[in-house]
Amino acid sequence: MRRSRWLLIPFWATFVFLYVPILVLVVMSFNASSNPFSWDGFSLEWYGELAGNEDILEGFRNTLVVAVGSTVLATVLGTLLAVGLDKYSRSKALDAFTLAPAIIPDVVLAIGLLAFFTLVQFTLGLHTVLLAHVVFNTAFVTAIVKARLNNVDHSLEEASRDLGATSASTFVRITLPSLAPGIIAGALLAFTLSLDEFVIAFFTNGPSTPTLPITIYSMVRFGVTPEINALATLLILVSFTVVIAAQRMTRLTDSV
Amino acid sequence: MTSPDALVDIQNVTRTFGSTVALDNVSLQIHTNEFFALLGPSGCGKTTLLRTLAGFEVPDSGAILLGGEDLVALPPHRRPVNLMFQSYALFPHMNVAKNVAYGLERERLPKDEVRERVDDVLLTVGLSDLRGRRPKQLSGGQRQRVALARAIVKRPKLLLLDEPLSALDRKVRAEMQLELKRLQHEVGITFIVVTHDQEEAMSMADRIAVMNEGQVHQVAPPVELYQRPANTFVSDFIGTSNRFTGTAKPQGVEVAGLGVLPAVTTSLSPETLAHLVIRPEDLVVASTDSLDRGLMQGSVAEVVFTGGQTTLAITVEGHPRPVLATTPRASDLRRGDEVWLRWDTERAVVLAA
Repeated sequence: MRRSRWLLIPFWATFVFLYVPILVLVVMSFNASSNPFSWDGFSLEWYGELAGNEDILEGFRNTLVVAVGSTVLATVLGTLLAVGLDKYSRSKALDAFTLAPAIIPDVVLAIGLLAFFTLVQFTLGLHTVLLAHVVFNTAFVTAIVKARLNNVDHSLEEASRDLGATSASTFVRITLPSLAPGIIAGALLAFTLSLDEFVIAFFTNGPSTPTLPITIYSMVRFGVTPEINALATLLILVSFTVVIAAQRMTRLTDSV
Repeated sequence: MTSPDALVDIQNVTRTFGSTVALDNVSLQIHTNEFFALLGPSGCGKTTLLRTLAGFEVPDSGAILLGGEDLVALPPHRRPVNLMFQSYALFPHMNVAKNVAYGLERERLPKDEVRERVDDVLLTVGLSDLRGRRPKQLSGGQRQRVALARAIVKRPKLLLLDEPLSALDRKVRAEMQLELKRLQHEVGITFIVVTHDQEEAMSMADRIAVMNEGQVHQVAPPVELYQRPANTFVSDFIGTSNRFTGTAKPQGVEVAGLGVLPAVTTSLSPETLAHLVIRPEDLVVASTDSLDRGLMQGSVAEVVFTGGQTTLAITVEGHPRPVLATTPRASDLRRGDEVWLRWDTERAVVLAA
């Protein structure tokens, strides 16, 4: 049966709706003119400007510290949490509590964390942003690793024990490798989430260490410059690369 | 009572899960180099017993000795026992050779010895050419061989096999039955296999323990199990049988409306409720035209020819279910024919109700 062409219209309309704004942004980042309403020819000028903008570079460095740090911590914690829940708990309530930080509104989590840091008299700074990001990232990593655990044959671990491996050796040689696709996917998701997180970073940060989204926000308050377009284009590139890498890695480890 | 050559001595082992009794005071002796089967319907406790031997379950009470030494105290990775899992549990991220070497590497054996033993065992199971493949690239039968190789390469005193053939299709299964028996002779390891398939148990095992609801009903070689079942559970579970219920008499079992059905007298005290059990192939069916009177009269209700033999369903007045009889080759009898049934008294078994 021939499918009706008319059904393709909503499909393409949705695509246009989703991607035209991004496309405009990418195109404008190469516009020689600083006026967003006129095209003065192709130019890499704004990328050059970007490389010389000390505010943006600092924001980028700060974001990198937070994203890498929170990803590493959250991946370790989330993996252990998922394995622990799977082994020792049958409680649905505990599962829900574990996932809550991923679901509750960012602003609520942000206020809660700020209140907590104030209570324990932490000086706000990059370290508090990093810890705050660990909180929701751990929830995401746990969710993904747990999903993977449901597809893993638990007799693999018993087989390893049966063949003479201790529990510790079994964890390293059997459990971790069979969870690897989930752990990698969780880590990459955590990294991208942390990279562009604004609300929680805004609340839990100190005044002198803005992360990249905060830097962009303060720049945009005076209007969108082509420089911002260039920066956004680079961020899109990073996110796409990470997503594609995540897909390829999970496919690679799944197929063997 | 423990026989001197018992390798495994299971003494009064009980294991409960909540209110379910998985193992109810189980005692068994398994001899060195024996091919032993645990047979029973699902949920009968056979897998729990196997997992207890491997160390993944701990008995609530009772003892298990292996070669005279306490097994229960040892954690799974220290037991000289290996289990072949029903799912095979091959490590998906390792190739065949790595899977097989895994257990030896955990023993910290020298690399050369590991290599040599892996090569040997792969040759034994016929997988030398596939050593570099991943489990996903193997057929069901090949995976099963890898699982087997991985277990026997450790040279355990006891190899446990959990439903080893259930994941294979019919043709491969028949092949692997013979293969398992051959391997068991070749490697000289005591095998305990768990199965719900009576044919599988009968064709492979030297002795079979029939289990139900956590209890061992009978332990015997296949032929004895079939010909001399210890109770009605065993006679019903193993093969097909006809059962007549009545009261025990010195010369057989008296059934209302059928008179005294002859059987070898047993130790059953007279006048107690008893079953007479007779296999379909032990019944001789003859037309009432023949002069010889039989032991029971009936009429043929159904004739089913299955190539090698014919199964007759015979309606007997006063017996609620049709009596099944099999004869070799095709039968001349037709539906509605009146027939006599006879049997060799030796072949009938009398069981307590």
